[in-house]
Amino acid sequence: MHNIRTIFRREMHSYFNSPMAYIFLVIFTVVSGYFFTNTFFLFGQSDLRVLFDIVPLVYLFFIPAVSMGLIARENNIGTMETISTMPLNTYEFVLGKFLAGFCLILLGLVATSIHFFTLVSVGTNVDFGAIFSGYLGLALMGATFTAIGTYASSVTENQVVAFIIGVFLVLVFYMLDKTLVFVPHSLAGIFQFLAVDYHLSNISRGVIDSRNLIYFFSMVGFFIFLTIQTLEVRRWK
Amino acid sequence: MIKITDLSKNYGSVEAVKSISFDIQNGEIVGFLGANGAGKTTTLKMMTGYLVPTTGTIEVNDLNIMDHTREIQKQIGYLPELNPLYSEMRVYEYLEFLASIRKITGRPFKEALARVFEQCGLQGVIHKNISDCSKGYKQRIGLAASMIHDPKILILDEPVSGLDPNQIVEIRGLIKSLGKEKLVFMSSHILQEIQATVDRIMIINQGEIVANGTSDELMSNFMGNVLLNMEVKGAETESVEHIQANLPTVKFISMKDVSGVQQLQFEYGKDQDPREELFKYAVENNWTILKMNPHTTNLEDIFRNLTTDGGANA
Repeated sequence: MHNIRTIFRREMHSYFNSPMAYIFLVIFTVVSGYFFTNTFFLFGQSDLRVLFDIVPLVYLFFIPAVSMGLIARENNIGTMETISTMPLNTYEFVLGKFLAGFCLILLGLVATSIHFFTLVSVGTNVDFGAIFSGYLGLALMGATFTAIGTYASSVTENQVVAFIIGVFLVLVFYMLDKTLVFVPHSLAGIFQFLAVDYHLSNISRGVIDSRNLIYFFSMVGFFIFLTIQTLEVRRWK
Repeated sequence: MIKITDLSKNYGSVEAVKSISFDIQNGEIVGFLGANGAGKTTTLKMMTGYLVPTTGTIEVNDLNIMDHTREIQKQIGYLPELNPLYSEMRVYEYLEFLASIRKITGRPFKEALARVFEQCGLQGVIHKNISDCSKGYKQRIGLAASMIHDPKILILDEPVSGLDPNQIVEIRGLIKSLGKEKLVFMSSHILQEIQATVDRIMIINQGEIVANGTSDELMSNFMGNVLLNMEVKGAETESVEHIQANLPTVKFISMKDVSGVQQLQFEYGKDQDPREELFKYAVENNWTILKMNPHTTNLEDIFRNLTTDGGANA
């Protein structure tokens, strides 16, 4: 746990010591705020559904951008060699990195809470349960995409390539349930179950089903595992 | 103590290290010398647990690196060849980060920091960003990072590469003083650097250890024949070419006439010294000797011989 915290702190330091974190937080807040306020007063509904619809789309590009350098940069500048020759387990290194990326995503979500306070101050009959489950869904989706982005960052030392692989992978999992009409009926169920959006929409509706939670935790665990294996295999090459 | 047995590493079909064996005792400074691409860095990376050997074993203080990687990594300080650093961090923060991974925090960290700053001469840059430090200081930061936990074993890959002559002398002095109480294994492709710093030299060529011993041992084992350069006047081709008939230990190599001065080259065994007989022979044949200069093989010649013919001369 100590080493995970050490890696996490260094990564957060790296984010906030460069323009990266500030750019992400500002643009994330501005983009989600723009789309939210555009329709909020138009529809006159006391919910954050528009925000919960737009954030996953923002995630598709922002999370791979946030996570692209997590491991690729270490490989690129050679610090992976220093880290790998220290008494540090690979899983501690990967978890520290993942948690730092996820923490930045959560900070982005916290920044959108300004819309929640706007809603509370001007809206009526606010459904707090739906808002909580909506935010929970976005956090779980953010964790899943960050795990995918961390994996993409581990397979290359080029951050741009890591970003492209990351965007491709998150798009695949995001789009799976939108391709159901094109796949054989026997595969439709599998495609739907693997789709991130399918599980997110369940939680966003306010239904916190253990199957959805298990899906998100499994996806995070699977990609963290893949990342650890990718780094371990490199030692044997 | 480090004991390496039949260590090999293949990158695909390329054999980077070919079944090498050696051991290093505590308190010894050993230089690992070889041309670029000879297999030095690959060997060092395996010794630090960064790479897994294809075959063979590495034992550090009787622990096998495959079974006790983390335990061994606690005992080793490693300076990689390219000395990678987090340029956005301050010197203090970087060392604090590495020390934290080694569970050195609080008061022990402050003591360790004071020690490495003193040893590496980093007092002036403690709060500087690493990116603002000069190449020499960056090398010292890398060295300080490898020593922050006061390891028993130091593995340094090209520790003085890129430094100016004054910095090289300083780092050499530091390594020598560290070698009094630690095992230091340093690689380099520069002979003079190794020769000036270490107790023992190992030469690697094309993945194989081709020489292993002190400077004196290498000289006596690998020193070849002595080449004698002479400049004389009045030498005739016949008397020069037939010198071996009169002086069997001397072998004629070449003769060149430059403006009436004959430049001659002879060769004789390292255990012989036929210069007196040669002088008498010259007098008998009416040569006027202008110059007689024996060239003995030095360590540089030995290194060049061992690393240019695939160790064929070893």
